[in-house]
Amino acid sequence: MAYHEIIVAGFGGQGVMSIGTTMAETAMAQGLNVSWLPSYGPEMRGGTANCNVVIADTEIISPIVLEPSELIAMNQPSLDKFEPAVKPGGLILVNESIVERKVQRDDVRAIYVPSLEIASELGNMRVANMAMLGAYIEATKYLTFETVVDMLRNIFTGKKAHLVELNEVALQRGADCVRR
Amino acid sequence: MAKELWKGNEAIAEAAIRAGCRCYFGYPITPQSEIPEYMSLHMPKAGGVFLQSESEIAAINMVYGASGAGARVMTSSSSPGVSLKQEGISYMCGAELPGVIVNVMRGGPGLGTIQPAQGDYFQATRGGGNGDYRLIVFAPANIQEVVDLMQEAFELADQYRMPVMMLLDGMIGQMMEPIEWKKPPVSPDDLPAKPWATTGTKEGRAPNIINSLFIDPEACNVHNQRLEEKYRRVIENEQRYETNDTDGAEVIFVAYGTPARLARAAAGLLEKEGIKAGVFRPVTVWPYPYEALHEVAIQDSVKVVVTVEMSTGQMVDDVRIGVNGVKPVSFIGQAGGVIPTPREVANAALKALGR
Amino acid sequence: MAIVYQRSKGLTDVETHYCPGCTHGIIHRLVAETLEELDILGKTIGVAPVGCSVFAYDYFNCDMQEAAHGRAPAVATGIKRVLPDKVVFTYQGDGDLAAIGTGEITHAAMRGENITTIFVNNAIYGMTGGQMAPTTLVGQRATTAPLGREKSHAGSPIRIAELLATLDGAAYIERVTVTSPANVMRAKRAIRKAFELQLEGRGFTMIEVLSTCPTNWGLTPVKALEWLNENMIPVFPLGVYKDITKEEA
Repeated sequence: MAYHEIIVAGFGGQGVMSIGTTMAETAMAQGLNVSWLPSYGPEMRGGTANCNVVIADTEIISPIVLEPSELIAMNQPSLDKFEPAVKPGGLILVNESIVERKVQRDDVRAIYVPSLEIASELGNMRVANMAMLGAYIEATKYLTFETVVDMLRNIFTGKKAHLVELNEVALQRGADCVRR
Repeated sequence: MAKELWKGNEAIAEAAIRAGCRCYFGYPITPQSEIPEYMSLHMPKAGGVFLQSESEIAAINMVYGASGAGARVMTSSSSPGVSLKQEGISYMCGAELPGVIVNVMRGGPGLGTIQPAQGDYFQATRGGGNGDYRLIVFAPANIQEVVDLMQEAFELADQYRMPVMMLLDGMIGQMMEPIEWKKPPVSPDDLPAKPWATTGTKEGRAPNIINSLFIDPEACNVHNQRLEEKYRRVIENEQRYETNDTDGAEVIFVAYGTPARLARAAAGLLEKEGIKAGVFRPVTVWPYPYEALHEVAIQDSVKVVVTVEMSTGQMVDDVRIGVNGVKPVSFIGQAGGVIPTPREVANAALKALGR
Repeated sequence: MAIVYQRSKGLTDVETHYCPGCTHGIIHRLVAETLEELDILGKTIGVAPVGCSVFAYDYFNCDMQEAAHGRAPAVATGIKRVLPDKVVFTYQGDGDLAAIGTGEITHAAMRGENITTIFVNNAIYGMTGGQMAPTTLVGQRATTAPLGREKSHAGSPIRIAELLATLDGAAYIERVTVTSPANVMRAKRAIRKAFELQLEGRGFTMIEVLSTCPTNWGLTPVKALEWLNENMIPVFPLGVYKDITKEEA
């Protein structure tokens, strides 16, 4: 039984919500059950933002994630806030471009992704969150890159079609951080 | 049919349009503003009316006028805004006008907080406006159920000529889940005629009058008794509920909306500790499924009934009515946007069991 | 024998509850005649207020809705948006329109809602027994202003016609009265023009009618008419405050 409880957290504007919705859409396309729950309110407007994503091959009972099996920390306050809550044996993905410290727990797996450097090299800062997503997919191995890319093809059409390849490369560069 | 990922607030708006609703009046308030936002774009596309009103009071009175003119109509708001609508809701009940009111509840009292809560239960089920009246109140717990119930909400409103409330908490409004559109869309052209509506006499019939004033006490009493007879029919025919693992359970959790999901998670925790727990979930909180709850509670296996709410305890009154003293009833809840955790809920059950 | 005067087809055969000498009856008749003359009785929906004219739904011979206090413009908005080809009017008093319902009337006018409002201003709350209205004159006695309205305490009367005329959505705003045959004729023309503009889809129209309340003013019907002419008209001058057709010309 697969039951993934994920928290994606960071500053507003870092693409936190869209990492979550992309995961949820991908999982749904793969026939899994999903829920996506955002923090809402003033947090949406420039402060910290997070979303809870639950992905399972069984019925999803509660959409609220209190003890994540996986945490994607896009900034330091998010790591500080949620690191203690991660389940033992869980995964923490750290956006090492702006998080200045390492994961302190030794009972979780930590992966560091220089998302801003990757985005900078690719010439588009907006794909930093896709690098984080790529690392997540590679580290957890239940969502497939093919499904994500299929979805990107549906989102980016016409004049935006060239963005599919850019995003695909960003995903792979993120995945490389897991493989290294 | 393929599943689609929908946000609760947008799903409820789309479900209304698919239910043949072509008229929406409302005022923005968090956490339900995605409903008017969605309506402002999609209602005109469907050939319908969207209007952002100057207040919640105006919105509900626009609903009154439109409903009296025969339209399938809705409004939506969140707790403080729904307080403002109470006047119009009372008048709609008095004038026997159908319509759907969505309340995406947040914490109160007063301005409270924008985070999810369930503090409007009394207001929804006991009537926040003046006079003897009732609303049919649906309390869905997931987005599929939200969209499934929306068409029924409009149908029951028309059938009984009374407002129906969709009582959600902010969590259900804000979250996304995959859904299927199970029922085919309803065309407004196929809806049953409303011969009572004020659409102009064409000088071919006596004037229709939409009214809640019965100045003569005898007439007003007759009107009230007639409404009461209607509400009795609703009680007989429209109770909805769901049970999960209640057969032979030691602990029965009773919860509606999001807390019902937390209660199921808590039941899972108790099961690991060797305690069989089930969840009784009212889907209509008015009419309340008292007898069904009683049947569950009266089982020999049941030791305690634990009510779970995102409030300081409102529905628990109905649980006590339903259980009617056959088993002890206890309560666990948090308010103001704080959500009880499954562990807290499980511990409340353990405490009630004396462990 | 030739019939020279009879009940308008726009009124039902119901005896009204209005006090002797009250001008609501005249104003009802002017509205009813207009609906009859324009041949729109069968496509008109009226909205009655809370106040003395609360039973207007029993008197007009067309479809009617009874609104909550002050909300008639919102109810009328709901009706008109659903039935844009029908004629919709509200009939409201000063407490209904100028106190509790100020928000609703202002925003209906702001939106240019294509409805007609008949605003009956008699400077007093009639139905509830002579309490102070927002249009009560300074110094005028009311049961909640027993020594007369005091400006320093309760402010000065609100001039709705002038106020709404500042809004772009208003197509036609006129203040009239019914204290003499000539004034009645003028009022009739104003009401007719308002409905005609609605039929042309020109936007919000309102006719404010200065009216008497002999009962609560404590005057005979004739004295009440004189009191209106002498005291109300200087504060609420008669005339056209907004005319979209003139602005275009």
